[in-house]
Amino acid sequence: MAGPASPEAGTPERAATRSAVAVGVATAAYGISFGALSVASGLDIWQTSVLSLLMFSGGSQFAIIGVLASGGAGAGASAIAGAALLGARNTLYGIRVKPIIGGGFWRKVAAAWLTIDESTAVSTAQPTLGSQRRGFWVTGLIVFVGWNLTTLIGALLGDALGDVRQYGLDAAAGAAFVGLLWPRLRALQPVAVAVVAAVVAAVLVPVLPPGLPVLVAALVAVVVGLLDLLGKREPVLEPPVPEEETA
Amino acid sequence: MTVWHIVLLGSIACLALKFAGYLVPARVLETPTASRTANLVTVALLAALIAVQTLSTGPALVFDARVPAVLAAVVLFALRVPFVLAVLAAAVIAAVLRLLGWAA
Repeated sequence: MAGPASPEAGTPERAATRSAVAVGVATAAYGISFGALSVASGLDIWQTSVLSLLMFSGGSQFAIIGVLASGGAGAGASAIAGAALLGARNTLYGIRVKPIIGGGFWRKVAAAWLTIDESTAVSTAQPTLGSQRRGFWVTGLIVFVGWNLTTLIGALLGDALGDVRQYGLDAAAGAAFVGLLWPRLRALQPVAVAVVAAVVAAVLVPVLPPGLPVLVAALVAVVVGLLDLLGKREPVLEPPVPEEETA
Repeated sequence: MTVWHIVLLGSIACLALKFAGYLVPARVLETPTASRTANLVTVALLAALIAVQTLSTGPALVFDARVPAVLAAVVLFALRVPFVLAVLAAAVIAAVLRLLGWAA
């Protein structure tokens, strides 16, 4: 979904691996800023690493350290709630990805652990079951290993790195999400939902606690989806086919 | 509550939410409405995350170097520039704007 538009595209599995590596490496690199910001928020290196190992969901992790940075341990309840609310979308992702994963109990446990924005997005953007499966595991594993390594590096660098904004890493996060969203904007309905959701989330940022604006914005999608506003007569089924493979 | 309690309880909650998705019967998503809604929820969440990551600092809306950087990324993705290059370009643009003092 994110690879170059090469004419020698190869098999869907290889295309999935390319996308997975591109998305995985870019996302994992951002762990540096999480590690550094977490230490700056008052967590130690162990606490920072445990978040990346167990919680393993960037939005939730940033939410929890953000609340702790401003409110300290006294704001613990809202920090946990913020992380959980932001992590609730992973439940939806799990529902989406479960039929792709297949397999037994332990494989599902591993898959659930690796169910995040990136693994779900890369997976569901692929055209065949095999490539969806490949996209999920390669993305999930690269991000997991990379995210934990770079979290540790970021935490160790910590003060030495200083302000991570200086390196534009905060802008890279937004840009990465743009890259994940872009292939999904192939019809009027998702474009309309994206625009309204972005506006709703931005407007609610000053009003609601961290994490909530994103979830409220998701309600836009639920309403539009249930009523099929702006939709075609026949439902458009996923996955959104990556542009380079239709070209 | 210590920071360790917060870290562990938050992590357990997020993991439990992930596992919950795998306990819901697959047929719940087999209707066109459910499938369409799930797709649109993903779109909405990604769009909302872009807005929040680009425009907010804590509870405040902020227009700083992230805005031109992310807009540049949009243009680059529209031009089908590879993912890693577009993301890297956004970081470089934000860093340079801040270095030059043209944006916060």
